[in-house]
Amino acid sequence: MKAVTWHGRHDVRVENVPDPKILQPRDAIVKITSTCICGSDLHLYDGFIPAMRSGDILGHEFMGEVVELGSEVRNLQVGDRVIVPFTICCGSCFFCKRDLWSCCDNTNPKAALAEQAFGQTTAGLFGYSHLTGGYAGGQAQYVRVPYADVGPMKVPDGLSDDKVIFLTDIFPTGYMAAENCNIQPDDTVAIWGAGPVGQFAIKSALMLGAAQVVAIDMVPDRLRMAAEAGAVTIDANDEYVYDKLMDLTAGRGPDSCIDCVGLEASGHTIDAYLDKVKTVMLMATDRAHALRQAINCCRKAGTVSIPGVYGGLVDKMPMGAAMEKGLTFKMGQTHVKKYLPNLMQRIIRGEIDPSFVITHRYKLEDAPMAYDQFVNKRDGCIKVVMNPN
Amino acid sequence: MTQVASNTGQPFSPDPYVGSTPRAGLGRPAESSPPTRPAVNVGTTERQLSMAGGAALALIGLRMRSLTGLVAFGAGASLIARGYTGHCGVYKALGKSTAVPAEPNAYHKSGIHVSVAYTIAKPRAELFAFWRNFANLPKFMDHVQSVRVTDDKRSHWVVKAPAGRTVEWDAEIINEVPDELIAWRSLGGADVDNAGSVRFVDAPGDRGTEVRVVLDYIPPAGRLGKYVAMLFGEAPEIQIKEDLRRFKRLMETGYPPITDGQPHGQR
Repeated sequence: MKAVTWHGRHDVRVENVPDPKILQPRDAIVKITSTCICGSDLHLYDGFIPAMRSGDILGHEFMGEVVELGSEVRNLQVGDRVIVPFTICCGSCFFCKRDLWSCCDNTNPKAALAEQAFGQTTAGLFGYSHLTGGYAGGQAQYVRVPYADVGPMKVPDGLSDDKVIFLTDIFPTGYMAAENCNIQPDDTVAIWGAGPVGQFAIKSALMLGAAQVVAIDMVPDRLRMAAEAGAVTIDANDEYVYDKLMDLTAGRGPDSCIDCVGLEASGHTIDAYLDKVKTVMLMATDRAHALRQAINCCRKAGTVSIPGVYGGLVDKMPMGAAMEKGLTFKMGQTHVKKYLPNLMQRIIRGEIDPSFVITHRYKLEDAPMAYDQFVNKRDGCIKVVMNPN
Repeated sequence: MTQVASNTGQPFSPDPYVGSTPRAGLGRPAESSPPTRPAVNVGTTERQLSMAGGAALALIGLRMRSLTGLVAFGAGASLIARGYTGHCGVYKALGKSTAVPAEPNAYHKSGIHVSVAYTIAKPRAELFAFWRNFANLPKFMDHVQSVRVTDDKRSHWVVKAPAGRTVEWDAEIINEVPDELIAWRSLGGADVDNAGSVRFVDAPGDRGTEVRVVLDYIPPAGRLGKYVAMLFGEAPEIQIKEDLRRFKRLMETGYPPITDGQPHGQR
């Protein structure tokens, strides 16, 4: 089969590799009908996530048709159309039983490696480095889905791939970020990063009743899409984010701040430039400009919610501001499975059509070009969907 | 999940539960071993000299402002560390120590004590029953090739060693409390003299069971001893911890996660 493989910084290729096989009785093989490039894939593409190996198959946002089942998977049948959450879950550990699916104890085969980096291991993820298990991802024609009796969800008839594909990651991720803000009816929610996750965070914050949602970015196409969704926008290129937010909230600051940017933040302030220099010199791993600004802008006793990915160490954290203002931090990889029933219902009821975020469609063979286009935000590129078969 | 482990060559101290009935309702018995820290193997005077010499070398290195200077600085820094911690990697590799006179009893010097605990989301009785059938142990103990149960108390263990070798021993259960404790000891003539116990204690709330394994073993002298040392590497507690993780995953999921055999591109 064809698969998108990682070979180093800014080097992804489409290779012919063997088809995946059932390796455990709880596995399924899924023939992929739609697969996406996620903003977090760009962290791999830019070489920011450690423990990647040359030849790793990328991709963690995908769906398709079940073509083969292990003997222990009894809730699916060959031919079922399924979406597959990017977090791999066992369904029986302490965390899975509490709906904390991304913290699953048991699905990362490289648990000792994760423990060294993070203190404890978290769930295995598809196509996202050996720190999260080194599982082959879904930017391919076929994928092996472990613990397929737990993760995948059948797609009701009549819903197109475009409407449900983002349930595998970015829609629940944006939704969890908003839910973590415990939004009250008169709240202002500020969202850094109006990429795909930011767009779903905007829609989710409005669905959850925020009075005002503010989107901050530097890419005009993203700000346009955010404005269409109903957000007030701030272009960080030519506006002072703090001043504008204080103006929009009459000096209070946003009740909640969401960092949808993560470890590769850009900015025009001293800390952002220092981050850039230090990461280039390997003296730091993550650039956290957006997070620092969110902490600084957040109103007293407000919430900072972090769906953006961090992978290592961050310095110059304004812990003084966070502590003195009594902020609450909520973060984590998305507990995708927890949100699927609710969000699927919202799609069926027509409350949201997630396909609004798609700007580009390609064949799998075009992946190297698509990565380049997405990372450089060329041609209005916000979300890429590929059809491998 | 907690882990307490030590392999610092402390005196051979069998598990306190071996041979005695544990008191009920202990909850979380405290482990006596301190956290792992490199053993002191450099004498006091030598440590002071190390620090002084290291500081001088580091300063010279800094002033040279060249690649050689950088190397000198690095060497100086490691001498300072050697003096400060009293641990020398080279001495360790050579098996040499200027820190303390050799133990009078090699038995004491070479005893290795490992203690690891893991929380498993399954009832105590289920975990106990699986473990008590010793033939199950190779399913999660990576180095154990086979355990043959010979009678109610006794079993024969075959453990993989490097270079295709094996080490073997007969073991005997010396204490057993249903659903709580199994303690065992190797019998005379064992390749590796060892004793151990596994305890099953209810975890707080509905977290399942805390499984605590304590293992003491004496690597034999000579070449076989070297194999055993290689077998457990530098950190026997890691091996035991990984065994316990496999046990947890086997019991909780039925099928531990694997990726061997999945496709990938050119490496």
